[in-house]
Amino acid sequence: MALTDTQTATLEKHAEEIRETIISMLVEAGSGHTAGPLGMADMFSAFYFHILKHNPKEPDWSERDRLILSNGHTVPVRYAAMAHAGYFPIKECLTLRKFGSRLQGHPERSRLPGLETTSGPLGEGLSQADGMAYAFRMDNKKNHIYVMMGDGEQDEGNVWEAVFFAGKYALSNITAVIDRNNIQIDGMTEDVMPLESLRAKYEAFNWHVIEVNGNDIPEFISAVEQAKAIYEKPTLIIAHTIPGKGIPEIEFDYHWHGKPPNKEEAKRFLKELRTAGGRVPHEYA
Amino acid sequence: MIYSDAHLSEKVFSKDIEMKPTRDGFGTGVMEAGKDDSRVVVLCADLTESTRAQWFEEEFPKRFIEAGIMEQNMAGLASGMAAAGKIPFTASYAAFNPGRNYEQIRTTIALNTQPVKICGMHAGVSVGPDGATHQMLEDIGMMRMLPGMTVINPSDALEAHKAVVAAAKTATPVYLRFARSATPVFTTEKTPFEIGKALTLWDSDKPKIAILVTGSVTHRALMAASALEAQGINSVVLSVPTIKPLDEEAIISVAKRAGNVITVEEHQVNGGFGSAVAELLAKEYPTPMRFVGIQDRFGQSGEPDELLEEYGLGVPHIVDVARALCNV
Repeated sequence: MALTDTQTATLEKHAEEIRETIISMLVEAGSGHTAGPLGMADMFSAFYFHILKHNPKEPDWSERDRLILSNGHTVPVRYAAMAHAGYFPIKECLTLRKFGSRLQGHPERSRLPGLETTSGPLGEGLSQADGMAYAFRMDNKKNHIYVMMGDGEQDEGNVWEAVFFAGKYALSNITAVIDRNNIQIDGMTEDVMPLESLRAKYEAFNWHVIEVNGNDIPEFISAVEQAKAIYEKPTLIIAHTIPGKGIPEIEFDYHWHGKPPNKEEAKRFLKELRTAGGRVPHEYA
Repeated sequence: MIYSDAHLSEKVFSKDIEMKPTRDGFGTGVMEAGKDDSRVVVLCADLTESTRAQWFEEEFPKRFIEAGIMEQNMAGLASGMAAAGKIPFTASYAAFNPGRNYEQIRTTIALNTQPVKICGMHAGVSVGPDGATHQMLEDIGMMRMLPGMTVINPSDALEAHKAVVAAAKTATPVYLRFARSATPVFTTEKTPFEIGKALTLWDSDKPKIAILVTGSVTHRALMAASALEAQGINSVVLSVPTIKPLDEEAIISVAKRAGNVITVEEHQVNGGFGSAVAELLAKEYPTPMRFVGIQDRFGQSGEPDELLEEYGLGVPHIVDVARALCNV
């Protein structure tokens, strides 16, 4: 079902809040990844405020959908989205990467209710999704499993083992998403280790593939709805996103893959986000 | 003499003792666990017959998952199935599970606290003709280093069966180690088994030496104790199937009684069972020790018995090491 303009505006507003929180938490942490989380903010707004069947007050609810973050280094976007959705106080985001925090630098399931897996080492999320999907199907359970992966992560051999398995068993209760932002730590993905044609690769393994603009919330939600309507195969959504989205001076720059902003940059970035590039006034800008 | 509370087989020193590989104990044990609890599932990486996972597959086809030759994916699959309420056992050769998929086990099972039971078959040089690539000798060290991981190395096929049944009932990740070649089934149904408990097999008055042993070479330690007795040297044999958590009380107790300790394992002496015992005794009751096991070498092709001799696990060698430590 198509989103109303009001729904879209609300989800876009949540995405902006998530971006602001990401910048605030990264500058406070002094380390961490910036570009990926900013680029994924629209999809995480869509997940936590529209797509997922979940209950922030009951993170272990057995009927919940499972959202697996395989590229664990982008976890600031998940923490920010979870906080805004009501899993924990937004101010706790400022404990990211600090001693004693539930918000570990890479997510640890046993420390924070609402995380589905422990991740960071790449290539493992889809395997765990396969296991959950297979087990739920054995028990005739309807929980849907979403897996977010990075594009650089596709270098990992383990990913392709899991792609193989999901294709063989036609695990249609999985919807995987690749954040296709074209950057990884050492440079552009096509320079480090060319991935294309990603679509053809997944299709060859018996997956249904949809390509969308991952920064367009209605388009992304529509792709997820299409994926859930396909019962013959698992679906991959290749979500093309802009790394560093929302802050033009860092957009598309792979140097921002793995570093946080300093205080001066954070001030500038927050102003950029809050004023939509200087187009609107904002009291905290 | 044989310790009566261990209820060992009457044929313990007889030539016609029943011979079975410990992997058979996995096969029967996981079938029993599967009957007891419908949440038990078995995943296997294209080694269904030789791991004995086939027996479970035939009994419970819907709860058997053919994972293909993808040990890394299999670890993650098992983690995901555990997260969805199953009790997964993963079966492959120890060289690949945990040898190939160690990082997946570390992250998705150990750190992620999912109660997967990781089963490594064909451990040790007694794999035989396949050679060094398939003779896993480092798995105990790798697995006992992981926080929260229970490590069990059963001494015969019957104990392996009991260990698998017990592992299915724990809420923690467990690593279970099994051997390929047939070894004496010297325990009986009445022999006690409990995860975390060592078991005295042989006891004598005023022992000069304690032999601490783990895994399918355990019967060899009993043979060595018997030979030592014939030479007038009293000993205690403590079987230690659970390497983590160690039965500290039992180990310290025999070290105090005997004053000399040798450890016997079919694994690298660096980082394995002997190291675990040494770490404990260095802290609690420093005791002269010697380590029978693989001395920083890889294996090679050959028949199981000749390889065990070559790598220092022959009964005469165990006796020699014990005598040298006691200065007799």
